Amino acid sequence: MSDALIHIRDLVKYFPVYSRGVLLKREIGVVHAVDHISFDIVKGETFGLVGESGCGKTTAARLILNLIEPTSGEVCFQGENVFEKFKLGSSEEKLRLRRKMQLIFQNPYGSLDPRMTIFDIVSEPFIIHKHVPKNEWKDRVYKLLSLVGLEEYHAERYPHEFSGGQRQRICIARALAVEPDFMIADEPVSSLDVSIRAQILNLLNDLQKNMGLSYLYISHDLSSVRQISNRVAVMYLGEILELADTDELFDKPIHPYTKALIQAVPIPDPKTKRLRLILPGEVPSPINPPEGCRFRPRCPYAKECKREEAPKLMDVGRGHMVACHIIHYD
Amino acid sequence: MFNGEDLLKKSEEEMRKLRGGDIAIIFQDPSSSLNPVYTVETQLSDVIRAHQNLAQDEITERAVELLQLVGLPAPETRMQEYPHQFSGGMKQRVAIARALACEPKLLFADEPTTNLDVTIQAQVLRLLNELKTKLGMSFVMITHDMGIIAELTARTVVLYAGRVCEIAQTPDLFVQPRHPYTAALLAAVPRLDMRKTLRIIPGNIPNLIEPPTGCRFHPRCDYAVENCKEETPVLEQVGSEHFVACYRWRDIKLKGERVSE
Repeated sequence: MSDALIHIRDLVKYFPVYSRGVLLKREIGVVHAVDHISFDIVKGETFGLVGESGCGKTTAARLILNLIEPTSGEVCFQGENVFEKFKLGSSEEKLRLRRKMQLIFQNPYGSLDPRMTIFDIVSEPFIIHKHVPKNEWKDRVYKLLSLVGLEEYHAERYPHEFSGGQRQRICIARALAVEPDFMIADEPVSSLDVSIRAQILNLLNDLQKNMGLSYLYISHDLSSVRQISNRVAVMYLGEILELADTDELFDKPIHPYTKALIQAVPIPDPKTKRLRLILPGEVPSPINPPEGCRFRPRCPYAKECKREEAPKLMDVGRGHMVACHIIHYD
Repeated sequence: MFNGEDLLKKSEEEMRKLRGGDIAIIFQDPSSSLNPVYTVETQLSDVIRAHQNLAQDEITERAVELLQLVGLPAPETRMQEYPHQFSGGMKQRVAIARALACEPKLLFADEPTTNLDVTIQAQVLRLLNELKTKLGMSFVMITHDMGIIAELTARTVVLYAGRVCEIAQTPDLFVQPRHPYTAALLAAVPRLDMRKTLRIIPGNIPNLIEPPTGCRFHPRCDYAVENCKEETPVLEQVGSEHFVACYRWRDIKLKGERVSE
């Protein structure tokens, strides 16, 4: 795809696990946190990344932003190789790249410094990136606050005076202060109250429409992913199992894991009676995960499946990618 | 009132006999509701010993039986283990087994699946539903997840800032909500089976140290009038087993959630 904003190719992150010992530190295993994942994000779209806890969603986000070093793989942002830039580039180049990519964290209680006023928090990026002259700071901060639905007088307050939803708005204002092209939202509504979640989801949507932002939206909550994303990838134990347009994925899932995941979510409608595929067992440990297909130990079709090797992500039409040997279209 | 007795008038001593016996609870977070320094067997047998007069080998037998009931594999060996050796879903199963130890007549489940992954949540919800039918107990599900309400419950009470807004049979609540808060809540929750415009409930949850006067929902309500600020609405019957605390339920037309035919 030529109009892609960001290309992710064969991204890998392994964390070694050491045995506890005073004298001898022995490597006893490897956590396969992210294992050869590839996808593109097009300009102006929201790409959803879903999976259960520990499947590597957040690690993937931190790799893309180069907050942790990848084991191997490549991330290209607007035609630039991110990892090379951060390794070899000058500090100006690094700053320029950082300005274009921003992150919103899961917990707005932990990601705002309690001893800084909102004005200091939102204007701190101006100190670092020097893209706004000092006499314009005030106007800019006020503009950013109104953009996220806060008032001017909020600028003099401290984070503890705000509720969770308002804090998440402050985090979004801070991320927008550097005029990014790309934002990663890592579970931005999980720690908020149900009645507040809709406010933040709608805000993210409006900002995207007005500013042409692209998002990587990471969540374990499938309902909110369906609401906000254009395309969705499903992760399991560090790998992508299925990737498709949102409606296609939710209405015609192909991979048995995706089906089970979707059917597991209770629907707020007492009259829907649904067939439910309940998966046995639990997600295996990502330390030395199962050989071959990683979903095999929980897969309801494992008996029919004779193939030993790991399935590859393959296009089955209309950009719908699936990694499964037995493909069921029903 | 529980079985014709007023619980609020009972002494702490009498309540202790009831709790864990006829009335039991499953907590939200199984990692903190189980004691990390005792084995699962000890924690289960403590409850049984406190409420039933059984010999030690009968207690052990009962503990194994309970763990089988909640679908824990290899209960004889696994009950010698400590909670940290179990995964989240398995810990919640142990917590359920402990709550069921004395065959309670009334079981509270306070957000029992909020800390679990969706595929594990489905397993636990199915288990709770099966147990309810098998053991014939009454069940109070406390949750913020409208999906769980829709799938698991027969009747629902909607609470807001410490007061009851609405009580109804669950299907009625979804088809024809009478309280503006219920309707707004339904409209604000995204659904997996369709994309919809999310309606926003403006503002925040009120501070309960100084709750709003009158109807506690009035500062966030689209339909509030002067009267709502001053007087506290009482529950009125609006249909069979349907009660609502709102002054304007007759005047306003609220939309329910689209319910499939």
